[in-house]
Amino acid sequence: MKALKLCAPVFAGLLLAGCGSDNNDVMLETPMPTPPAAEEIMLKVTAVNLTNGQPLSPIGIALHKEGQFWQIGEAASAELETLAEGGDNSGLLGLDVVMMSSSADTPLAPGASQELMLTTESLEDYKLSLITMMVNTNDGFTGLNAMDVSNLAEGDSISMRTHAYDAGTEENTEAQGTIPGPADGGEGFNSAREDMDKVAMHPGVVGNEDGLSSSVLDSTHKFDNPLMMVTITRMK
Amino acid sequence: MNKTTSALIAGLTLMAGGTAMAADVEVKITNLTQGIYFTPLLVAAHSSDAHLYQIGSKASESLQAMAEGGDISGLADVLSGINASAAANPAEGLLAPTASTMAMVESSETNSTLSIVAMMLPTNDGFVGLDAWPIPTEAGTYHIYLNAYDAGTEANNELVVDGSGAPGSLGIPASPGMAPGTQGSGVTNEETNMMVHIHRGNLGDDEATGGKSDLHNTVHRWLNPVAKVTVTVK
Repeated sequence: MKALKLCAPVFAGLLLAGCGSDNNDVMLETPMPTPPAAEEIMLKVTAVNLTNGQPLSPIGIALHKEGQFWQIGEAASAELETLAEGGDNSGLLGLDVVMMSSSADTPLAPGASQELMLTTESLEDYKLSLITMMVNTNDGFTGLNAMDVSNLAEGDSISMRTHAYDAGTEENTEAQGTIPGPADGGEGFNSAREDMDKVAMHPGVVGNEDGLSSSVLDSTHKFDNPLMMVTITRMK
Repeated sequence: MNKTTSALIAGLTLMAGGTAMAADVEVKITNLTQGIYFTPLLVAAHSSDAHLYQIGSKASESLQAMAEGGDISGLADVLSGINASAAANPAEGLLAPTASTMAMVESSETNSTLSIVAMMLPTNDGFVGLDAWPIPTEAGTYHIYLNAYDAGTEANNELVVDGSGAPGSLGIPASPGMAPGTQGSGVTNEETNMMVHIHRGNLGDDEATGGKSDLHNTVHRWLNPVAKVTVTVK
């Protein structure tokens, strides 16, 4: 029965390479082959900040074949901690696995949108990641984590909404002096790590109007999922 | 003529039915939250007309026992009564924040939908849930994000009281991971929405002693989704 299923037309392309193998899982994970590119491929990434009052640090986008900028339940890399606590994406975009990258020059204000471009000769095996910090948080970030773009044809676009994550590297005290965004103007990156030290989804900010009297944040800084809308379009 | 046609259709149905035959279904569940624990999970492939819970409907007694005290035995009995393929407590205890567990169930022509439930701690009657998700017949890997629900059976007073897990006993039975505050006055004594609904979230407060809640507002809140499910149909 498994063989019958795999012989469905949708997998016909894979059968050439994989029929006869009884390891169906591996076969299914194999990306569809991408025809070799004759000329330059251009991707346009449009990001919209959906929050009420969380400016997003300059957005970084990257094309890579391996790796992930973050994994739920794993400790943040030093590069991710730097982004999530201080908004500096240069460490992540400078990772060895990153083949092509681009960064915005300015933060993305609530309600605003931005476009970034990437050019490459091939999309084969490529994944796209996008990363940015909610700057009025202790260590909150959002983005896309290794989205497969290898099958994107010319003119195609995909839209996604992003979730809020917590790097787990700094306690969410919301205290004066700990938040780098305009709500506080406090400290960004600090190499000390909180006990949790695992990436999780963000629980949201509390604020001084919702029961955390020592918070520098107020109701205007609260957010809920999703945080951004991101559209990736293959222009050519 | 008619007979031939229907025989032909039957033959085709049988072949096409290949995709609806029994399949092993691997279910990976990740707790996405930063500070909330899941009590023993119940994962089941079952008939599409069955539901462990339904949004906008009253919770069953078995669901109430699960949501208020983490007791999945009643729901497990219901599932075995309808010949579901169920996996009880795959994490062998609590599923900690950001941790994952794996469960195996078998889908079939009758057991064609997937449900998942587990109580969330510390909450009064909050649970993470998936209600009768149609299991794809096409082999492959699928991702689902789950929300937090309120069973609507207990007031969310947010007071941690030992031994309060039984239905009818007001309070949160435990606060794993972080010691709760004490001597809270209680957030509320009323449950205004008595149907299963999206959980409004914990309020918590910033006082270790006193205040309204025994929960901590920087630790025990969450935003949806609270779990990610990766389903692999073999």
